[in-house]
Amino acid sequence: MSIRIQTEDFDLSAELDRLRSDHRDIGAVVSFVGTVRDVNDDDGILSMELEHYPGMTEAALEEIESRARQRWDILDSIIIHRVGVLKPADQIVLVAVASRHRGEAFRACEYMIDALKTQAPFWKKEQTAKGGVRWVKAKDSDESALKKW
Amino acid sequence: MKIRLRYFARVREKLGVAEEWVTLPDDIRTVDDVRLFLMKRGGVWSEVLSAGQLKMACQLQMAQPDTKVTEGCEIAFFPPVTGG
Repeated sequence: MSIRIQTEDFDLSAELDRLRSDHRDIGAVVSFVGTVRDVNDDDGILSMELEHYPGMTEAALEEIESRARQRWDILDSIIIHRVGVLKPADQIVLVAVASRHRGEAFRACEYMIDALKTQAPFWKKEQTAKGGVRWVKAKDSDESALKKW
Repeated sequence: MKIRLRYFARVREKLGVAEEWVTLPDDIRTVDDVRLFLMKRGGVWSEVLSAGQLKMACQLQMAQPDTKVTEGCEIAFFPPVTGG
């Protein structure tokens, strides 16, 4: 299990290789990569700055991993979340789960990103093409996505 | 009792402060008591800390209004999170 908060980009393929390297009984790896879009609420987006709460962020992500581990048969998992200034098409977040069978990996991965969206203390501030700077508003759909678990 | 306060994102920007230590009056027991105590500063404090969407944390965990505060603890105020 591994959690990283970092400003630098990540290499999906290298991360998945690392995730699988310690286990010979993995039958499935499911990964989710979140990326910066160039539009939000009908406005063009030039860049996005991600802030977090050091200490609490790691604790929240560890709690999410731990809950997923109790619920599904997971062999290993990784969460990487970037902070700082990001541009459209940049990778923001990686959640990857390895398990013996695909069903467990799919469910655990979706649960972990849904939980991260509403429980980990990150905040996005975006710079729009019109020259404005605004904090991204939390979406009700993210709250309802978590409720299904 | 002395505690550490931290503010994040829009809350930090509106209050113009990222963190501070405060000495609390003796009758303050919970995270919500701390919020109400800070609101007495008036102006932007009263406005920002009364927002319905405000989230609170105590010792790096999401807090409820009735979460107890203790000597030296860290309380944080912030808007709903938007990561991922």
